[in-house]
Amino acid sequence: MKTNTKAVDINRGIGDFAYPERHVRDAGIGLSEKTVHYISDVKEDPDWVREFRLRGLKTFLEKPLPTHWASKDLEAIDFDKIRYYLAPGTAPSRSWDEVPEDIKRTFERLGIPEQERKFLAGVEAQFDSEAVYSNIKKAVGEQGVIFVGSTEGLKNHPEIFRKWFGKVIPIGDNKFSALNSAVFSGGSFIYVPPGVKVKHPLQAYFRINAENFGQFERTLIIADEGSEVTYMEGCTAPKFITVQNWSSNVFNLVTKRGLAHEDAEVKWIDCNIGSRLTMKYPGVIMKGRKARGEVFSIALANDGQHQDTGAKMIHAADETTSNIISKSISIGKGRATYRGLVHVPKHLKHCKNNTECDALLINSTSRTDTYPAITVRGTGNAVQHEASVSQVSSEQIFYMQQRGLTEAQAMSLSVNGFVNDLVRQFPMEYSVELKRLIELEMEGSVG
Amino acid sequence: MPLRAGRRKKAEAALASAAKPGIFWVPEMNALVVKDLHVTIAGQEIVRGLSLVVPRGEVHAIMGPNGSGKSTLAKVMAGHPDYEITAGKIAMDDQDLLELEPDERARLGLFLAFQYPSEVPGVTIANFLRAAVQARLPDGEELEATDFYARLYEKMELLGMDRSFTSRAVNEGFSGGEKKRTEILQLAMLEPKYAVLDETDSGLDIDALKTVAHGVNSLRGPDIGILLITHYQRILNYIVPDHVHVMVQGRIVRSGGKELALELEERGYDWARDGAAEPAFTR
Ligand SMILES: Nc1ncnc2c1ncn2[C@@H]1O[C@H](COP(=O)(O)OP(=O)(O)OP(=O)(O)O)[C@@H](O)[C@H]1O
Ligand SMILES: [Mg+2]
Repeated sequence: MKTNTKAVDINRGIGDFAYPERHVRDAGIGLSEKTVHYISDVKEDPDWVREFRLRGLKTFLEKPLPTHWASKDLEAIDFDKIRYYLAPGTAPSRSWDEVPEDIKRTFERLGIPEQERKFLAGVEAQFDSEAVYSNIKKAVGEQGVIFVGSTEGLKNHPEIFRKWFGKVIPIGDNKFSALNSAVFSGGSFIYVPPGVKVKHPLQAYFRINAENFGQFERTLIIADEGSEVTYMEGCTAPKFITVQNWSSNVFNLVTKRGLAHEDAEVKWIDCNIGSRLTMKYPGVIMKGRKARGEVFSIALANDGQHQDTGAKMIHAADETTSNIISKSISIGKGRATYRGLVHVPKHLKHCKNNTECDALLINSTSRTDTYPAITVRGTGNAVQHEASVSQVSSEQIFYMQQRGLTEAQAMSLSVNGFVNDLVRQFPMEYSVELKRLIELEMEGSVG
Repeated sequence: MPLRAGRRKKAEAALASAAKPGIFWVPEMNALVVKDLHVTIAGQEIVRGLSLVVPRGEVHAIMGPNGSGKSTLAKVMAGHPDYEITAGKIAMDDQDLLELEPDERARLGLFLAFQYPSEVPGVTIANFLRAAVQARLPDGEELEATDFYARLYEKMELLGMDRSFTSRAVNEGFSGGEKKRTEILQLAMLEPKYAVLDETDSGLDIDALKTVAHGVNSLRGPDIGILLITHYQRILNYIVPDHVHVMVQGRIVRSGGKELALELEERGYDWARDGAAEPAFTR
């Protein structure tokens, strides 16, 4: 792909939305032991975390790029040109007038309150590479649930954090998990105590502003015996999505995993809209008997974007159940890839997996690929896999236009129809927001 | 409906030249007008100099053999992008339609009940119609949900449709007859100025035919012009037309009153074609 080099070009074309970077703490460009020490110093890491990072760096440098499963796009990443750490600046340094009109309009359309818009646009204080959490945190805290940023997690809850950190996602999992281990900042840490069922989905808002900066979150979820938790991302984070939309040069390479103990349930709801390249495969390790894992994911790849998403389900106990439902939409020259890994080892009994992945192509230039890797050994385990690819036909659009809908309206209604059965299972307010986001995305891509 | 400046100019120019005798058409304030239309697809001329006037308040029927170009005519009126119009005009209440997008024509009041309606996967009838009705409201005006559903249920009752249909995806897994009924439901909800019904009677059982005909008849009135495309004289017993046209090989070869349908059924298309030394043009 020719445009790849653009991805790491620091000076992108005029008209792009990027503010001058004024970060108080900035690890500079490139990656070395010095970078890692710098991050550890700034974050006041305990020694074991510092060591963990250094081991991560070593593994990262040794491991080749995962070309067998990853995108060619990755070759466009120049690891020496990336900023690996940026911490919040303190003083607001720009005015609302400087914010481009279309971004302001996007905020309006999303119905983001005035005050919040300023924060989002970087007019107020910035929060690069630190997670900002909603006040759900307080409510679940009363049930003993820990829902914090990963930095705070390892500082304030070392007894739980240390036990699981790096075990659920080993450093050597892949080149990017090694990189992540070296430079991680931000991301969530969730611990759900035995028997606690968290009703409302937990969600985190992230913000990326600085150019050429990969977001290296690390999210870890531990669901203890008999507990239930849903973690939701992207679907309702206008901050995240808006920013992704502004910065089509953002690489979103993240490692996320949940661990479900006996009879516990971990659910991911993951929406990926925008971003130049996303590689994200939330996973659940079902470690206890009767544990359940579920990933619902929606990905929308617009022109010039590649959404490489999916799920990993690791069955590690008897009678565990996993369910993956993935829907992707490719628009223009957008490309969506589903990559799924389901692993059931030989000695396990009565495990079940259900995988459904549906792709929708909007234009004839749109692209989708599916790579399911299902390894199920042993007897008495059941897997079910369904995949479909459909296209919005021009006859369908004509039919809808004949009823008075504009082409863009017809497209977004079709896309909504495609994700409808999945979105119906989301809480109401999320589905409404997701619909608006799809509309916005389609508006820009038609005509 | 606001017109883009360029389009308005074009429309005005067309009207100005229309006023000169012999050029374009004589303005028809309240009619759907097709004048000397030629349509080509895949290098083949399908509609070959067709003219037709359907005034509001009237029902016209078009009958013609398979492949004579009836559906092509209907789709071209609605603005299907695949067809090339090499000559001729289509206008609705003096508004040139050829310059407009399909959705603009629809919002101006043109409705087409498709011979083969498309499926809209995952989009329920209720949501689809809500979006369509909403698209006709002025900017900033929100559709009142309770009124909408009251009206929807009323129309469904008229067409003998079960309410559970509202939550089914448009045409997805519908039987042929259900699709046709759904087309008429949309017609009833959208209240167009002109409706083209392309073989809405095909595939309907006798009871369904009566119900659908009853639905269409209840919409009949001075505010709507209807063009009914059909192969069968039978439906014309229920929806009695003011005029009948016979279309053969892309042209209207004969026009007459409702008795023409009966005569045609008796004598066949060869008679219709032979009898017309020259393409007939009503009004
Ligand atoms: N997209 C297309 N590509 C090629 N040929 C086409 C296309 N659409 C229509 N035609 C041809 O144009 C001719 C007229 O088709 P049309 O569907 O208008 O006929 P019709 O009168 O509606 O027939 P029927 O009574 O069977 O519905 C046919 O020969 C058909 O094959
Ligand atoms: Mg036809």
